[in-house]
Amino acid sequence: MDPYLRVEDLRVSFNTTDGVVRAVDGLSFSVERGRTLGVVGESGSGKSVTSLAILGLHDPRRATVTGGITVGGRQLIGRPESEVRRLRGRDAAMIFQDPLSALHPYYPVGRQIAEAYRVHHRGAGRAETRRRVIELLDRVGIPQPGRRYDQYPHEFSGGMRQRVMIAMALVNDPDLLIADEPTTALDVTVQAQILELLADLQAESGTAIVLITHDLGVVSQVADEVLVMYAGRAVEQGTVEQVLLRPQHPYTWGLLSSVPSLRGDAEADLRPIPGNPPSLIDVPAGCAFHPRCRYAEHTAGRCGTELPELRAAGTAGHRVACHLRTEERARRYAEDVARVGVAR
Amino acid sequence: MARFLLRRALSAVLTLFAVSVLTFLMFFALPRDPVSGMCPKNCDPERLERVRQELGLRDPLVTQYAGYLKGIVTGRDLGGAQGGRCDAPCLGWSYVNNEAVTDTLARVLPVTLSIVIPAAILWLLLGVGLGLVSALRRGTWLDRAAIGFSLAGASFQLYFVGAVLLLVFVYTLRWLPVPAYTPLSTDPWRWASGLVLAWVSLAFLFSAIYARLFRAQLLETLSEDFVRTARAKGLPRSRVYGRHALRAAITPVVTVAGLDVGAALGGTVITETTFGIQGLGRTAVEAVRDGDLPTIMATVLVAAVFVVLANLLVDLLYAVIDPRVRFG
Repeated sequence: MDPYLRVEDLRVSFNTTDGVVRAVDGLSFSVERGRTLGVVGESGSGKSVTSLAILGLHDPRRATVTGGITVGGRQLIGRPESEVRRLRGRDAAMIFQDPLSALHPYYPVGRQIAEAYRVHHRGAGRAETRRRVIELLDRVGIPQPGRRYDQYPHEFSGGMRQRVMIAMALVNDPDLLIADEPTTALDVTVQAQILELLADLQAESGTAIVLITHDLGVVSQVADEVLVMYAGRAVEQGTVEQVLLRPQHPYTWGLLSSVPSLRGDAEADLRPIPGNPPSLIDVPAGCAFHPRCRYAEHTAGRCGTELPELRAAGTAGHRVACHLRTEERARRYAEDVARVGVAR
Repeated sequence: MARFLLRRALSAVLTLFAVSVLTFLMFFALPRDPVSGMCPKNCDPERLERVRQELGLRDPLVTQYAGYLKGIVTGRDLGGAQGGRCDAPCLGWSYVNNEAVTDTLARVLPVTLSIVIPAAILWLLLGVGLGLVSALRRGTWLDRAAIGFSLAGASFQLYFVGAVLLLVFVYTLRWLPVPAYTPLSTDPWRWASGLVLAWVSLAFLFSAIYARLFRAQLLETLSEDFVRTARAKGLPRSRVYGRHALRAAITPVVTVAGLDVGAALGGTVITETTFGIQGLGRTAVEAVRDGDLPTIMATVLVAAVFVVLANLLVDLLYAVIDPRVRFG
């Protein structure tokens, strides 16, 4: 089956007064219908920039986007805005992180969703649109959808607002849903409900989902595949089992060991990655992660000079961009697990 | 919504009451004797005393103020030779102008309204239009031209702009008559041609602030998340701007416009003086010069009414624009 979304060698850079920011630098991945790809990384790793690029939402005066983005067989990069616009919200829709700021404060939520429907259904009448919106509000689990239709975003709770966002994204039955940190602004309990809702809706409609998050817990709950990003590049790719249970990249190990766990020794559990993500104007030469990597000295200097390619590692389909030799990596990882219990 | 309105209206009434008390007290705090001020030549002391009696200046302050308020609500008898009956709303008798203050106001208020209201419409359209164009064409020559224009507007003084316009359009090109006020009902064409220079000068000066304010606000709004959402829905640019961004960016413009229009209605002294038109502003300044208490109080009160009404209107518009205000 052909993947619904295919991203090939995507590069996004911004010209700023301080220099060129290479926010995404040669990223490739694909997502099939009915599957969920979790894109993980720290802030500034290029996750959100990638998601905005897929919908062509970058301002062409400020951002340079190259490479290939194919949605449902149509190449988007280089297409005129008017064509990309018709696809937005209809074939590919987006859910944003903070539903309070992402919804317009001055319009009732029903009308905001109706607007998304009518822009792609020119002939739709008022009554039909209203019926469709109420159906969607009901489907995302908003009680009394007929009454809630006319209420404003500030009259909703955080979780209900995110449901409104999801209803808005789904109103045109898109084949691709991009969720950019959809649960970050929510309570943990509400977070679980929203993730469950997304999974249910996907099971019904077979949507392809790109879930952008920094939360590995979220990934483990809903994703089928995982892409780990660092400094605008993919450092590890594979299924959830592969990446979360048998991680290959030292950065992924770091991510996993900085997640708190309810089990185990609290002292040993949390081990943040030393240092900070690099500046995207001046990305370190070679592997961008090497200044923070504890294993960089084991590659005879290659980490500081040579950019590691994504190569097959471990089981089939699992890929990693790291200069450590496979057996070396296995040994280091075993040591790490023995010391702090990385994989849980 | 009804409670919101009631609360705002009540606070408006209280504000006006406070302004009237303050003006009243302020006048009595002044070291100047109002009566001798009305009569700069050698007046006979008996006549002065009679005027003091007529004005009620020998009564306690509270009685005087109560009489004043009563006059506004029911009218009052002023007594004395010139006075007689003064109908509600009676704001007193001006011994300087020798007429009821209400009559003075009835004469000058339409003049100021005729200057300010068209000018405000003009400056709002111009300011918002320029701001919109420069925000949408940010960084182009159009943006720079609009900003240059508004910088010029902000830098000039009205009497300078007014004098240049008079020189060019009235005295050199002779396209326009010498500025004068003709009531709108008498002759709309003469009304407009006599005031158009005042409108243009005011609009040029005021629109500068609005252009900059609206440009900055619009640019800020365009980076809001909800604008990104609107684009992500697949809405065309015109709708993203027209429906989503403009409505959110207009709020501060409404605030500033309310304050400006309210203040301008209280009197556009410089404009009236530059173009030689007798409106509320000049009347107020002359009343202060002449120590004409009833006229001073009336003009201050009218100015306060306009400011309060403008603020009330701003609050209402806010509630119309932003649903959060209605519920807040």
